[in-house]
Amino acid sequence: MTLDVAWAVDWVRRSAQTVAEHRQELIELDRQIGDGDHGENLFRGFTAVVAKLDALPAEPADIGEVLRLVATTLMSTVGGAAGPLYGTAYLRAAKATGVAQLDSHGVVALLEAALEGIVARGKATTGEKTMVDAWTPATEAAVAAADGGASPAQVLAAAADAAHEGAEATVPLVATKGRASYLGERSAGHLDPGARSTELILRAAAQAAA
Amino acid sequence: MTREPAPVALVLVSHSRALAQGAVELAGQMAPGVLLIAAGGMQDGGLGTSYDTVEGAVVEATQDGRSAVVLTDLGSAVLTAESVLDLLDEDVAARVRIADAPFVEGAVAAAVTAHGGADLTTVLASAVHAGSTFGTADESSASSSGSPDDGVLRATAVLRNPLGLHARPAAVVARMLAAYDARVRVNGANAASVLELMKLGAKQGVTLEIETEGPQAAEARDALVAAVEGGFGEV
Repeated sequence: MTLDVAWAVDWVRRSAQTVAEHRQELIELDRQIGDGDHGENLFRGFTAVVAKLDALPAEPADIGEVLRLVATTLMSTVGGAAGPLYGTAYLRAAKATGVAQLDSHGVVALLEAALEGIVARGKATTGEKTMVDAWTPATEAAVAAADGGASPAQVLAAAADAAHEGAEATVPLVATKGRASYLGERSAGHLDPGARSTELILRAAAQAAA
Repeated sequence: MTREPAPVALVLVSHSRALAQGAVELAGQMAPGVLLIAAGGMQDGGLGTSYDTVEGAVVEATQDGRSAVVLTDLGSAVLTAESVLDLLDEDVAARVRIADAPFVEGAVAAAVTAHGGADLTTVLASAVHAGSTFGTADESSASSSGSPDDGVLRATAVLRNPLGLHARPAAVVARMLAAYDARVRVNGANAASVLELMKLGAKQGVTLEIETEGPQAAEARDALVAAVEGGFGEV
């Protein structure tokens, strides 16, 4: 079983849907330790992505083309740090997925490229209370699942589960990167909004594959 | 006075359109010959950084073969600027540097340095250096007392203009001295640095001790004395 362009389009639409549903939650999380714009920014970004998808004359030729559209649109419309971070993630992922079909290892390559993009852009490592704390365990879980012979859908489900665990694990952390780092010790006790949105987006990927 | 536009332009990237425009205004007052481009806020005017706005500003700044230094305020301004450079044509990106510098102080220092016709590396360095100019004493000022025949020319001049050595005259001094092949210190501060001059806090009536060195030391000294005694055109 493989994932195709229709899956990628569905993933993007589901991402927009879940971001819209969790917009207020992301705003609240970011208000506690940041500038409160994460939910609004991502909502605006994914709304613009869906509008561009709707306006396409034909279905994109490969998965990378879908992800490239997401990347450039998020960079242009998000406004906060999530724009260049997710934008770079999707851009790197697009470069790794210039194909019409993804098998389990192709899914792993997508996630690894996205993580590399986020790390390259944000220069964060794990334990700094950022989206890297969700992306890293997600990618590791995807590798383990693919190596164990899991289907692409199972790989994505494992990644989403691990992202959830990783996001929850940011609660006690003290932020040392991003806007939350200005709060120092006071950032502890809150879930990182970027880790939460990562979890939502990876869950959308898994649901589109299910 | 007519002059060629400075070869290095500045792009000021802020979350706030008003902040970027204000910084352009402030730096522009001191360096009218430098292309300064504000890239602040989202395209709808809200707070945030817009990839398209920053990209457009960098492209405009680097037209005609100019180089550009980008100054940024908080987090996503840096990330957006970096993303823009990553995706720009390589020959353009090679002429652009992002300064790890305080936004306002870096913009002012870089603008004045660029106004003197400095190259990309020098303009970048002056922006970065602006971060350490505030709050820390200038260590080299202690060693300025030497014997009268050490090659240093000395003069004194009394500040006449009512507001003293404030931003505008400090910029006049720094710009004027860029034309001379000479190292100039005023009360121990590096006279090529607007920020160091302003930090002196020299008020009307204060006697400035001027020291100049280098091939054009005499010309630089005389020009500076004349400017100070002329009240920088403000009296």
